Amino acid sequence: MSNTHADTVLFVRDTMLPQQEPPASTVGALGWAKANLFSGWFNTTLTILSALFILYLLSGLVPWFASPTWYAASLTECREILAGHEGACWGVIRERWLQLMFGFYPSELYWRPVLALVLLFVAVAPVLFADYVPSKLLGFTALYPFIAVWLLWGGTIWAPVMALLGFVVAFFVFRYASKQISPALALIAGVIAALLWWMVITPAITPDLSRLLPIGIEAVQSRQFGGFMLSITIGVTAIMCSLPIGILLALGRQSDLVLVKAICVGFIEFIRGVPLITLLFVASTLLNIFMPPGTNFDIILRVMIMVTLFASAYMAEVIRGGLAALPKGQYEGADSLGLDYWQSQRLIIMPQALKISIPGIVSTFIGVFKDTTLVSIISMFDPLGLSNAIRADTAWNGVYWELFIFIGAVFFIFCFSMSRYSMYLERKLQTGHR
Amino acid sequence: MTTLTDPPAESFKLSMLIYDTRYRSITFQTIALIAFLLLIGWLINNTAQNLVDLGKEPSFGFMNEPAGYDINQRLIEYNSQSSHLRAAFVGLLNTLLVAVLGCITATVVGVIVGVLRLSGNWLVARLMTVYVEMFRNVPVLMWIVLAMAILIEGLPSPRDFRGEDAVASMSVFDSVAVTNRGVYVPEPLFARGLGDVSVGGLFEISLDLIAILVVLGGGLFVSNLIKKRADVTQNATGVRPRTWHLRTGVIVVPLLILLVILGFHLGYPELSGFNFSGGIHLRNSLIALWLALSLYTAAFIAEIVRAGIMAISKGQTEAAAALGIRPRRIMSLVILPQALRVIIPPLISQYLNLTKNSSLAIAVGYMDITGTLMGITLNQTGRELETVLLGMLIYLSISLIISSAMNWYNSRVKLVER
Repeated sequence: MSNTHADTVLFVRDTMLPQQEPPASTVGALGWAKANLFSGWFNTTLTILSALFILYLLSGLVPWFASPTWYAASLTECREILAGHEGACWGVIRERWLQLMFGFYPSELYWRPVLALVLLFVAVAPVLFADYVPSKLLGFTALYPFIAVWLLWGGTIWAPVMALLGFVVAFFVFRYASKQISPALALIAGVIAALLWWMVITPAITPDLSRLLPIGIEAVQSRQFGGFMLSITIGVTAIMCSLPIGILLALGRQSDLVLVKAICVGFIEFIRGVPLITLLFVASTLLNIFMPPGTNFDIILRVMIMVTLFASAYMAEVIRGGLAALPKGQYEGADSLGLDYWQSQRLIIMPQALKISIPGIVSTFIGVFKDTTLVSIISMFDPLGLSNAIRADTAWNGVYWELFIFIGAVFFIFCFSMSRYSMYLERKLQTGHR
Repeated sequence: MTTLTDPPAESFKLSMLIYDTRYRSITFQTIALIAFLLLIGWLINNTAQNLVDLGKEPSFGFMNEPAGYDINQRLIEYNSQSSHLRAAFVGLLNTLLVAVLGCITATVVGVIVGVLRLSGNWLVARLMTVYVEMFRNVPVLMWIVLAMAILIEGLPSPRDFRGEDAVASMSVFDSVAVTNRGVYVPEPLFARGLGDVSVGGLFEISLDLIAILVVLGGGLFVSNLIKKRADVTQNATGVRPRTWHLRTGVIVVPLLILLVILGFHLGYPELSGFNFSGGIHLRNSLIALWLALSLYTAAFIAEIVRAGIMAISKGQTEAAAALGIRPRRIMSLVILPQALRVIIPPLISQYLNLTKNSSLAIAVGYMDITGTLMGITLNQTGRELETVLLGMLIYLSISLIISSAMNWYNSRVKLVER
């Protein structure tokens, strides 16, 4: 057989050719550029157009950013330094950045919000980076809200201590009562005990305690709060409180109890149907009307309540999505193990549902943090409110890019790092097979 | 043979209300109901008490009093002698105007950006990523205020257009004037117009507009009929008749004839004195709000579109190609119909968000429902409870209407499964 083709085929190769390098146009930078930038006339046109666009932007932006106006004290001085050239007026940032950070907080007390921010990172570290930080720090996380409130608002130490003790009382009553009666009743007993503590015992003994042991730091009024400090205070509170409330609302919406479900659905749909700004109007004008006559509680607290309610409704819908995405077998599996409702939620359902809804949860967090800027409309001095005040100042009348670039950059850093963290968390909790 | 006897009937004990699952849910719901009613009653009681103390009897009578303030950007007739109710209605129309404009622009920009983000071109994809991240991670209120600041501080004032050596000039063949007092665009005028018709005594609608809409609708209807006939012919014979010229014709020709009959021409803005007159004046506040809301929402829509397209598996494209369908038709017949199902529900919620975010108009002085009813009317009458509750109710109705309309559409395009 091997000879059959001898007269038709003149040459048969019996050794392999040595491997050659791939053509230079398909590897390395050149190959990459050809594949990603210049494949076909359409892509080439797009590339050239966008490159021209970027060049145009940079040629305008770089000189504008690199303008030597850091020490200017007013816009007119900036214009003198620039002498007709286009350029930024960075003096406004140098002069006002402390105000943009702290609002009208007394400058000798700046260490308190700074310390509160540093402690915030310490407090959230065991939650965010559970792999690297010892879980013993979680105790500090539980204490942090009381420390932060005391640091920010100051005043006597006994108010936060008594508030904290209320939770301790509730916990011990619950633990003792749950051995005697059903857990649900014990929970109610705990709540009643805490309410009694806060409403009856606290007002009775706090003044005496403050007189006997006058431990305290200088008090700061809420209207002195401002700048990013205000945004972060409102944002962090709303973020921390909206997750648990959102989980409860989502469970209520999934619940078999018709009435509980109706209340939760009504609440969620109402809050999601109206803009946040109307809720802030409620906080600034109506909340005092809804309360018993004579009550006048703090404007920041009112705003925090409303922002938290707003965020929890959105959070509830995100978590409901996660709950709906879980296969029914998970619920049935939990039931067949003999777990009761709360046990199955805590051990089986929630860990999976929350993991599924991480992207949604974090984007709700980001949304809440961005929405804190809306308080400027009800005349609180968050960064945007301050920017209006600064632009109304005669020295800086006409400055806007510099201010908004600064404010936008700070918001960008916070929000972008939150979204990157959510990606990290998703990868870390990834258990599927890839 | 064994006989099964019923278990002895349990007598009802009070503890069963808590420990027996048959009764427990009823017990808890009763407790919840009582607590809820108590809370509501407490709130209403407080409110009534406070209102009596303040001397404000809740009533909506003030809505018929003259508003006493002016609204510069409006779609219907309004003056300062009109009632608060009419002011609120003008505000509502302004809200709807900016919401509709914003939704359309945001969808167009968002779809383009979303598709370009998936482009094979590295540079374009990166540029679009920068756009999306930049707009998503900065508060929308800042974009609105910034847009307003740019419009006011960055644009030439009307007097720059004056004189021989004018600093600024009008754009688009001398028909559009972009000034720091707003943008003036040509307005459609009708030499032989049909006049206006009053709708329920509330506002007036131009008959010309109605005529144009009717003719346009009729044209679309006939065009659809032609398409259906073409489908029938194609199913019967396998050959699709060429219909595009007929279909364009039945829409365009009657419309052109109508426009000629009505004597359609454009009224250009002209500089007179210190300001422009004629044409349609779009206020800065409207443009700033519109631009900022659209660009902000477009960033979110781009992500939704990208996710929708990426959700369709590559096998679909390959299978369609294996069937011999051409690339453009693969996109329109196979990929897009499936991607739309993924895209539409989150898109609805973005439209809702845009509508709700339009309430930030109050920051730039655009008189929407927040600015009129919950802004000036509230301040002038001091009726916090009525105005804010009414405003919330209006927003709630808008949201519910949009979401139910969109849900209806969504259920139409939904995949029918077993």
